[in-house]
Amino acid sequence: MTPRQAKPIIWLLCLTPLAWLVYRVVSGRLSANPIDDITDFTGQWSLRLLLVSLSVTPIRRLAGWNGIIQWRRLLGLFTFFYVCLHLSTYVVLDQFFDPTSIVADIAKRRYITVGLTGFLILLPLAITSTTGWIRRLGRRWQRLHRFVYLAAVCGVIHLLWIVKGDDLREPALYGSILAVLMAIRAYYWTR
Amino acid sequence: MLIRTTPTIPTREITDERLYLDRRAFIRASVGVAAAGVAGALLPFDEARAQGGAALANVRKSPLSTTGEKLNPLEDITSYNNYYEFGTDKSDPRANSGRFKPAPWTVKIDGEVGKPGDYTLEDLLQRFPLEERIYRLRCVEGWSMVIPWVGFPLRDLLKVVEPSAKAKFVEFTTVQRPSEMPGLRYPVLEWPYREGLRLDEAQHPLTIMAVGLYGKTLLNQNGAPLRLVVPWKYGFKSIKSIVRIRLTTGQPQTSWNLSAPEEYGFYSNVNPQVDHPRWSQARERRLGEFLRRETLMFNGYGDQVAGLYRGLDLKRNF
Repeated sequence: MTPRQAKPIIWLLCLTPLAWLVYRVVSGRLSANPIDDITDFTGQWSLRLLLVSLSVTPIRRLAGWNGIIQWRRLLGLFTFFYVCLHLSTYVVLDQFFDPTSIVADIAKRRYITVGLTGFLILLPLAITSTTGWIRRLGRRWQRLHRFVYLAAVCGVIHLLWIVKGDDLREPALYGSILAVLMAIRAYYWTR
Repeated sequence: MLIRTTPTIPTREITDERLYLDRRAFIRASVGVAAAGVAGALLPFDEARAQGGAALANVRKSPLSTTGEKLNPLEDITSYNNYYEFGTDKSDPRANSGRFKPAPWTVKIDGEVGKPGDYTLEDLLQRFPLEERIYRLRCVEGWSMVIPWVGFPLRDLLKVVEPSAKAKFVEFTTVQRPSEMPGLRYPVLEWPYREGLRLDEAQHPLTIMAVGLYGKTLLNQNGAPLRLVVPWKYGFKSIKSIVRIRLTTGQPQTSWNLSAPEEYGFYSNVNPQVDHPRWSQARERRLGEFLRRETLMFNGYGDQVAGLYRGLDLKRNF
């Protein structure tokens, strides 16, 4: 099976978390605060898929497996899909479109400011993910899409600033995976 | 034309809307309590106590209860908990507290008191008549519940130990048992968990020591066997599984204040005008409801407690 033929499998894998969430919502398997659960879940999977997307290039380099590049756009767009779910959970379910408190949150709460920044960085990347845009932008496309690293940093900081107490386990885990992925890139860039 | 301005039926004779609406729930609950009573009678006393959820006898309804609000179901109250000694996810305390042994239990009361000593839970239960207190519980994270606690006023206990003239504050400490509390393996907070109140707050009639809810002994995830409940403060002030109560001359350190002083002040009164850096406190989500509701000053207990803070700047003393 070629990487192209395996794409339906990537689709299925990327939709599995959403299917699991829908199943839990429908069957009442969420906690007494389901909106919080949905926010947490979609946020976690946004960050996970972002790291998976970012590992395509290092795997390609380290394993010399060029075919894997064909999954990168799909993984990137699924990341954006989960980020959109996460953001709309906040806007629709959590705040119920209340513009006053949303604006206040963005201005006052740094974890929301940095989270929204991450989304705003990903938005043009998602828009310019089509073959047409890749052609039109040429060399500039790659420069633009390197902003995904900044979005990933925003994602980790977003998580770091929302943990309670001194429980750094999750942000430390995501942060160190991101650091490893960036270190591998740095190695190839400086060679 | 005659316009009647006074109700023809005295208010006291009108059935509380909550009672009227909750009639079926009440019947269901009664059946449950009866069943639990039977189960409690069949189990040896300590085993029932060790599991939590044993029926409590002779609980009278307190006139200080909050009325007119729908109670959150037992399932909400026992499945959605912050008790970091058992884990930081809301579902962790129920999942990970099975090994915790809330019996036998002793509370040490010392510091600035005339009669320091160790009090067993049985002592306390014999000494102080139990009351049901229905209170709103407001979490600093922006959610809330309505809970029918069972307990006794802390002021009654303090009277027994005779605070000295120098006593100004009360410090509470949670039990620390790493073998029974898996969350203690990671330093999420300064263990053991500590909290504190000013003496007058501790002596306020609304401040209770809870030993149960919905008429039964507390389950481990809710702070069995003995916890504090201070309804006008954010939930984390209501420290769980208390093993020590110390009266002090100076303001005690609290675990949350040590961890993040800019986020968690000593008072932590529910105050919609003072935001936590991460959560707006203006509104809250009552668990079970979709839309947020306005948060009430002092969690709606302002009539009773605002006097405690006269002259205190609540923005600085948050």
